[in-house]
Amino acid sequence: MTAAPDKAFSVGTVSARSKLIAAILVTAYALVAVIPLVWILATGFKSPPDSISYPPKVLFQPTLEGYVNLFTSRTRQTPEYIKSLGPPKTWYDELARKRNMVISGPSRFKDRYLNSVIIGFGSTFLAVFLGTLAAYGFSRFKVPLKDDLLFFILSTRMMPPIAVAIPIFLMYREIGLSDTALGMILLYTAVNVSLSVWLLKGFVDEIPKEYEEAALVDGYSRLQAFVKTVLPQMRSGIAATSIFCLIFAWNEYAFALLLTSGQAQTAPPFIPTIIGEGGLDWPAVGAGTTLFLLPIVIFTVLLRNQLLRGITFGAVRK
Amino acid sequence: MAEIRVENLQKNFGDFVAVKQSSFTINDGEFFVMLGPSGCGKTTTLRMIAGLEMPTEGKIYLDDEDVTFLPGSRRDIAFVFQLFALYPHMNVRRNIDFPLRIQRLPRKEIRQRTQEVAEMLRIDHLLNQPVGGLSSGDRQRVALGRAIIRKAKAFLLDEPLGALDAEFRDLMCEELLLLHKRVSATSVYVTHDQVEAMLMADRICVMNNAEVLQIDAPLEIYERPKTKFVAGFIGTPSMNFLKAKGSLAPGQSEIEVNGVSVKIPKTHESLDNAEAIVGARPEHLSLGDDGSLRGEVFAIEYMGARQMVTVDTEAGRLKVRVPNTIKVRYGETVGLSFDSEKLLVFNPETDKAVNSTLFDGAIS
Ligand SMILES: Nc1ncnc2c1ncn2[C@@H]1O[C@H](COP(=O)(O)OP(=O)(O)OP(=O)(O)O)[C@@H](O)[C@H]1O
Ligand SMILES: [Mg+2]
Repeated sequence: MTAAPDKAFSVGTVSARSKLIAAILVTAYALVAVIPLVWILATGFKSPPDSISYPPKVLFQPTLEGYVNLFTSRTRQTPEYIKSLGPPKTWYDELARKRNMVISGPSRFKDRYLNSVIIGFGSTFLAVFLGTLAAYGFSRFKVPLKDDLLFFILSTRMMPPIAVAIPIFLMYREIGLSDTALGMILLYTAVNVSLSVWLLKGFVDEIPKEYEEAALVDGYSRLQAFVKTVLPQMRSGIAATSIFCLIFAWNEYAFALLLTSGQAQTAPPFIPTIIGEGGLDWPAVGAGTTLFLLPIVIFTVLLRNQLLRGITFGAVRK
Repeated sequence: MAEIRVENLQKNFGDFVAVKQSSFTINDGEFFVMLGPSGCGKTTTLRMIAGLEMPTEGKIYLDDEDVTFLPGSRRDIAFVFQLFALYPHMNVRRNIDFPLRIQRLPRKEIRQRTQEVAEMLRIDHLLNQPVGGLSSGDRQRVALGRAIIRKAKAFLLDEPLGALDAEFRDLMCEELLLLHKRVSATSVYVTHDQVEAMLMADRICVMNNAEVLQIDAPLEIYERPKTKFVAGFIGTPSMNFLKAKGSLAPGQSEIEVNGVSVKIPKTHESLDNAEAIVGARPEHLSLGDDGSLRGEVFAIEYMGARQMVTVDTEAGRLKVRVPNTIKVRYGETVGLSFDSEKLLVFNPETDKAVNSTLFDGAIS
């Protein structure tokens, strides 16, 4: 006979040691994942010599030179000429003149960035909006050939989108959508809407139809019932889907490179061109990349509660 | 308040018939219970009355107005769903006043009516709480509150007590009945629990396999079931069925069960089968040495003042309900006698009860 153990463990309890091991593993992984990001962030605040020094500098004198270079275009002048201009008017003039440069005007980064914002968020909104309606329709109504249609929608994702780049390029040139924000919004929406329909349909399927039916017998119209009862419960699904769509549209490089050059160029094809502009300007690239990463980070942090609930959806619901 | 009339209502899902040619009238202010085993089409019938499902055939009248194809939102009927369907993103107050908010009533009136309903259901202290943390009983009350606040023409309740545990169910049953007395609205209540049905109903509508079998007052259904299914479905433990020799002539008042002649209520019609089935409820059998049918005691269950004795006879295993004062032992051979006035005879081919003097006093 053995005595009853003085400590009883329930099956779900995690021991302190496994917690410690898990913590170490997670921390190690986080470090590995975060190092490139920290590197980018740091490079943005280095001076050009620091940014290419070998061995790499971990401690350095931070400067905003990278950001100034990112937002301006400059010309190289002789020290005599610079002296003749009189004292610098602003702090960024001063920074530039230290390297024998004179600021000749703003760079195109701000416009490219704005294009990215308009195209990224615009296409995300459209894809999620259309996806929500389509998902609701597929989930709740008798749609003829429902399964075939859903498969067709999914099948648009089976090829890498870039495989159709040439036809789209020709088509866009023909109908005047080349190098327009509208063209890019439509294109990214088309790519994203399949993902959006499928993801959101899963979420709508999880919401019992009794919710709307209760509203219907209480005198609400179908649309009102949808807005009042289904939409609020789809919040986490919509948040999760929006992030996926935004990440694709925001990071997309190949189509942007091919279809936009002037007017509607987005940040991804623009940032590499910084390298070519005034020698290897790594701080400017670092600054541009940092600013480029920011919206996704902010968006994800803002929606993180919804997102977590979205990912665990179905697993914990009764 | 309204009368609901259903005529030849049918619902097919593809080839599958969920509700078959149902016709009945639910009277104004009546508490009408639809009873039947799982999958027999109760919910489907209710959903057609509510306008959530369109019938394949037939008509639905609400106070003589044909509402068969009117959308649910325009029928002014309240529905309580099986799983309550409370909105998780709204608090109790919002859930209850939800039906009023579409009617664009003045704020003050909405608040006042919500308060009234909440007090009536004793949940006024919960009004500002989220529905997530409520107990199942309170959730039930919120669902009822949402239904009664609108003063609809009729209430449809789909197994509203199904999610509650047994003890609580009895309590809610009573509350629900009290509530019905107070608002005295036409109510259609769906359940598969015959005890609930017997307890609450003005009339019970028994369904099986998509068909309405019988509509009657609870006692009527209990004493004068028109089919063998109804007889067996109502009552715990269920009715004893004994094989008997068929072929009955009108006016006959005896039947042969296992070689023994048993008196039955005088028949009004003939039965031309080789076999018949005699139905006897446990309380319509008694133990006695003079009994015509003999058997061995197989089990004894004590139930308060009464006991349920199971007897193995040559005609099958029979349950007998007798007072506690009668002493029986396992394995003992006992005689069984029948309360002849209450016996039923069924035609095994059609499942129907043979008409007899038992049915003479029937209300319908
Ligand atoms: N939308 C539908 N499509 C196909 N079949 C359906 C549909 N709705 C119900 N049925 C079928 O119709 C039959 C009757 O269903 P119904 O929900 O009315 O049964 P019920 O009597 O309410 O049973 P329960 O006690 O289980 O709720 C069931 O066999 C069910 O599978
Ligand atoms: Mg049901």
